[in-house]
Amino acid sequence: MANWAGGSIPHARNLAIEMSVELKNVVKRVGAETHIYQTSLAFADKGFNVLLGATGAGKTTLIKLLAGLEKPTSGQVWIKGRDVTRVNTQRRNISLVHQFFVNYPTMSVFENIASPLRVSGLSRAECDRRVREAADLLKLGPMLKRRPSELSGGQQQRTALARAIVKESDLVLLDEPLANLDYKLREELRDELPRLFAGRGATVIYATSEPTEALLLGGMTATMREGRVVQFGPTAEIYRTPSDLTAAEVFSDPPINTAQVTKAGDRITLNGGVSWSASGAIATAADGDYTIGVRPHFVRPKAATDGLVRLSGKVLITELSGSESVAHFALGDRAWVSQSHGVYQFRVGETHEFYMDAGKCLYFGSDGALVA
Amino acid sequence: MKRATWLVPTLYILFLMLPIYWLVNMSFKTTNEILGSFTLFPNDFTFENYMVIFTDQSWYMGYFNSMLYVSMNTVISVAAALPAAYAFSRYRFLGDKHLFFWLLTNRMAPPAVFALPFFQFYSAVGLFDTHIAVALAHCLFNIPLAVWILEGFMSGVPKELDETAYVDGYSFPKFFFKIFLPTIKSGIGVTAFFCFMFSWVELLLAKNLTAVDAKPIAATMTRTASTAGYELGLLAAAGVLTIIPGAIVIYFVRNYIAKGFALGRV
Repeated sequence: MANWAGGSIPHARNLAIEMSVELKNVVKRVGAETHIYQTSLAFADKGFNVLLGATGAGKTTLIKLLAGLEKPTSGQVWIKGRDVTRVNTQRRNISLVHQFFVNYPTMSVFENIASPLRVSGLSRAECDRRVREAADLLKLGPMLKRRPSELSGGQQQRTALARAIVKESDLVLLDEPLANLDYKLREELRDELPRLFAGRGATVIYATSEPTEALLLGGMTATMREGRVVQFGPTAEIYRTPSDLTAAEVFSDPPINTAQVTKAGDRITLNGGVSWSASGAIATAADGDYTIGVRPHFVRPKAATDGLVRLSGKVLITELSGSESVAHFALGDRAWVSQSHGVYQFRVGETHEFYMDAGKCLYFGSDGALVA
Repeated sequence: MKRATWLVPTLYILFLMLPIYWLVNMSFKTTNEILGSFTLFPNDFTFENYMVIFTDQSWYMGYFNSMLYVSMNTVISVAAALPAAYAFSRYRFLGDKHLFFWLLTNRMAPPAVFALPFFQFYSAVGLFDTHIAVALAHCLFNIPLAVWILEGFMSGVPKELDETAYVDGYSFPKFFFKIFLPTIKSGIGVTAFFCFMFSWVELLLAKNLTAVDAKPIAATMTRTASTAGYELGLLAAAGVLTIIPGAIVIYFVRNYIAKGFALGRV
């Protein structure tokens, strides 16, 4: 897990005063539809922030509100201690990179990168210097004279990123910038991204639909679902302790496994009849019904250690990718996923045994909130 | 089977070219030869017909008048259609789709319907027999067409380009002229070509709204057919000269027109 800030980001609560990019009670409605429900969020100043959510969760809308391309129905947007709710995009000093590679098709790569500097009226020499520096950083040096249409997709997106870097803005918005790149390029650019923006004094907000990407990028993460920010905090922390079932579902790939359990005394019983002894925080919780959430990699086809809970279910689908085995199996009326390293042979339709690490279970109350 | 691959297009082009060849053929003959005999080539090759057109003011002014109002119309149509097409392609407003379709229906009415109101109105305000009168009248069918074609090209440019420009700090006018227009320049070329073409070939309004000062070439040609007998050679030469401007323009925009077809807007 790469935490680019070197773990120097303190917990969100302690940072409140330094926060420079903030949404205050922002609501966005279009016609009768609500795109963003009332949201207050203070992003980590000069840090890397990830917006994590599935397509349609409102990530792009949030980014457009921050960019000023859309105005909130109510509420305020603050950047650098200034209320910019009514300030035009042009005067917000921000950068934006879209999911689709957007460059000016009639301009050369050089002119594309230089365009924000040209508008601001920077001297020619200074402009030249900064463009070359950004181009070198993104390995675009030899392409400066070409048109965007003569570049590969990866290079086109690099051009867009260079334009975002060269401007030295207060706020950099990246709207799924790697989603349209092929696998190899995506990995390469993802490694470079946090380094590119580190130490530039800009607050970076990065939207993605992939939980793995959020974990790799580190920093802070806001999980989003259906127009609401579900949880915000240091990425690793909210991965380990999601505030509720929704946050856990958003931040899990493959999807988190859930089941109904009943706690009585120190025994936890799964609907199917399997039971295990309560340990850790759940041991002191009240008796009653809970929903458990178990990440797929804590459900394995082999009992590697003692104290695992044995489950069995009919295998529905299997996926084998390199050295990783994924099996979907039926547990009661739910489909569960097991994800493990190593190659395992599953036969679709046969009943197989899986071992769940009960110590890694998350327990959610009837209202969805995390209990233990 | 192999022979048919060249035979059919050859025949097709031959049939297509025949009237044009005959027109060119006639323009180099004397009227007597045209009326007196059937000849595939001019027996008595002459530039006489062309000389008349290039020296007689009533002839060459016809070309000049046509060129002038067509150019004016093209500029006005494109200039007026650009902001309209941008609005249709970028904004959603009440009744936008209906309005867009209604624009097209303007093309469905024959210009003759509007000849009388235009004539009466222009006479009343003193616009009769001026170039601008014809240019404005032709906007009736050219602006809807221009909006329709330009909207297609503009919608092919992602809205994200506009957003990127605003983020970079471009004001709307600066973005529109420095980034957006160069991006859709092929679309502007195609639009200008069609406005030019339709204004160039339109006869009824142009003829009825002019008398002497702004008389178009097509009107001059109809006059010649009825004065000193039939001056068929002269008429043919005028016809050839009428085809040339269109041919030149189409040569320059031929690649863009294919793009327009691909967008389904031409």
